Amino acid sequence: MTSTYATALTLAAGAVLICAVVVLWVRSVRSVLAVVATQGVALGCVAMTLGLHVGDAGLVATAGVELAVKGIAIPMLIGRAAGDAPDRERRPLVNVPASLVASAALIVVAFAAARGVATFVGATGGGLVPVGVATLLVGFLVLVSRRRPVFQVVGLLLVDNGVALVAFLCTAGVPFLIELGVSLDALLGVVVLMVLAQRLRSEFGDLDLDELRELHD
Amino acid sequence: MVLDMILALPLLGGATVASCRHRAAGWAAVATNGAMLALGVWLAVHVVRSGPLTGADGVLRADALSAFMVVVVGAITVLASWLGVRTMALEVADGRCTPRRATAYGVLVQVFVAAMLLAVLAANVGVLWVAVEATTIVTVFLVGHRQTRGALEASWKYLVICSVGIALAFFGTVLVYLCALHAGGHSSSALDWTSLVSRARHLDPPVLRLGFALIVLGYGTKVGLVPLHSWLPDAHSQAPAPVSALMSGVLLTVAFYAILRFKAVTDAALGPGFSRTLLVVVALSSLAVAASLLLTQRDYKRMLAYHSIEHMGLIALGAAAGIPLAIAAVLLHILGHGLAKSVLFLTSGEIMAAEGTSRIDGVHALLARRPTLGGVFGVGLVALLGLPPFSLFSSELLMARAEFQVGLGWAAVCALAVMVVIFVAVTGHARHMLLGAPSTTDASASPPAWVAAPLVVGLVACGLIGVLAWPLSGLLQAAARVVTP
Repeated sequence: MTSTYATALTLAAGAVLICAVVVLWVRSVRSVLAVVATQGVALGCVAMTLGLHVGDAGLVATAGVELAVKGIAIPMLIGRAAGDAPDRERRPLVNVPASLVASAALIVVAFAAARGVATFVGATGGGLVPVGVATLLVGFLVLVSRRRPVFQVVGLLLVDNGVALVAFLCTAGVPFLIELGVSLDALLGVVVLMVLAQRLRSEFGDLDLDELRELHD
Repeated sequence: MVLDMILALPLLGGATVASCRHRAAGWAAVATNGAMLALGVWLAVHVVRSGPLTGADGVLRADALSAFMVVVVGAITVLASWLGVRTMALEVADGRCTPRRATAYGVLVQVFVAAMLLAVLAANVGVLWVAVEATTIVTVFLVGHRQTRGALEASWKYLVICSVGIALAFFGTVLVYLCALHAGGHSSSALDWTSLVSRARHLDPPVLRLGFALIVLGYGTKVGLVPLHSWLPDAHSQAPAPVSALMSGVLLTVAFYAILRFKAVTDAALGPGFSRTLLVVVALSSLAVAASLLLTQRDYKRMLAYHSIEHMGLIALGAAAGIPLAIAAVLLHILGHGLAKSVLFLTSGEIMAAEGTSRIDGVHALLARRPTLGGVFGVGLVALLGLPPFSLFSSELLMARAEFQVGLGWAAVCALAVMVVIFVAVTGHARHMLLGAPSTTDASASPPAWVAAPLVVGLVACGLIGVLAWPLSGLLQAAARVVTP
């Protein structure tokens, strides 16, 4: 029983990180949204596995919220907002092979940096904490190296999912009420970003974000 | 009950604005905000006399520190919403803004204020986080209100950078929660301030250290501290003036309030050394960045924005000292800076509406042509630069004294050197804008008395607090005791 639990948890957490790395690899919006949705589902599965293991109804409910928001609602909203413009990441600031190499380095860094917390938490969950930190760092890489608005939103989501993964593994999730607030904030944040992206498109046309040069010192 | 009412009043104002499209609705919002301020003052008096209050089933809690922050938020909200009526009336009159967008603006400002109040009244660090994140989401639309290219760019940068910051703050919060659970906290109450403080001695030092560093970095983003400060000048210069006033005057310090609370927990667990080092580093680098960018500034709203980074650096340095005297001075500085900075941003909005430019070299001889605006702007800068009789002078002096007491004298001297540079830079810009002889072709007019009155009142309040700290000293001392050992 315990080993099934450990395997399921490791698989789901691993899937979250793999999705993050795949984001670096794909260029079309449609594929990147599929990857983000998969990551959301994997994150929900982490929470679900933990919740079933400790028999915590609140955590299972959190897993449901997480699945609905991160796995379905957010990818769908981004898809709808970006739908009419076939958006591709044409010229990322760091090309794909280089960003994959960088992500490997980031994962090593994450394992080194999170060792303290990992041993403090202990057990299977603790061992997986670096996976969450690695997801967060890969999210930063996406944020700084991708120039299309949609990809920056995806980068933010990776950061968010990385932190959420750490939260689940460390503490079996923050209390349900707060988790609800956190998910709601994430959802609203994405909605606002997509509205802004649409306004940017109607104002500037088809642009890369580093072409925004109105404000500087 | 009082706490619920304080939260509900701005929302009530928002609902009035939403349901009644008349201009008078704006005044209704001002009235509800005024009532909120009055309740805040009552709360402060009550809390100092008879201890903390709770509300909403323990989700809300007000001790002296929270009550003080409510008063600060209330005072600046009244100023900003008063001038907001004027700003929107002007924008609708000259067609820059549809009545519908003006309504949306009014509602969003009220929601923004309610979110800030929730942040300072939350009993629980999780609710605090949710509230601070909510302020970001609401203010994005306010920053982008004018829908120009610059405003859109500023709001995109603002949301992306602050979301990253706030995600890091959440990471830090999770780590603190982890420590609290291991120290025997129950999952439902482990995130409450009171339980965190009472368990502080049993929290695991290495994990707490990492958590606090992430919290300083994360909430520091919203405070405008280095390294994630770059959103601030853009957002503050592009937002409508009343929103800049609210963001610069209170939102920054509401985020700093979160750092102060976590600092109390960290200091009780680790001793003051760790948080002191961290805060001194971010404070001095923020001061340096602010000074270097103020020297070459060409835009007066951006000048005010960088000035906010400077003051947040000073506040962080004061908090680093950490003794009760320092914290009381920090809080006084929060109030003084809030008043002076919001008056200045509101005045700069009037100047911009009258002159049609935000460039420093586009405005000149303001004192001769528009004595009211020029006078308020000049006196506001005097207050902000820390000259007597304004309260920023006393608070800066007290902070420096506290810094010398705890052996941070060298940092205080560095800060003073930076402030001299900033003084020279800002007075140079101000001289260009305010002095000189008007040419005959220049327009000149003064704003109506109902617009000038709140600006003058704000500055007079800032001066009075500086001269007689009397109505506040009890509250300040009680609030400082909350977050010092």
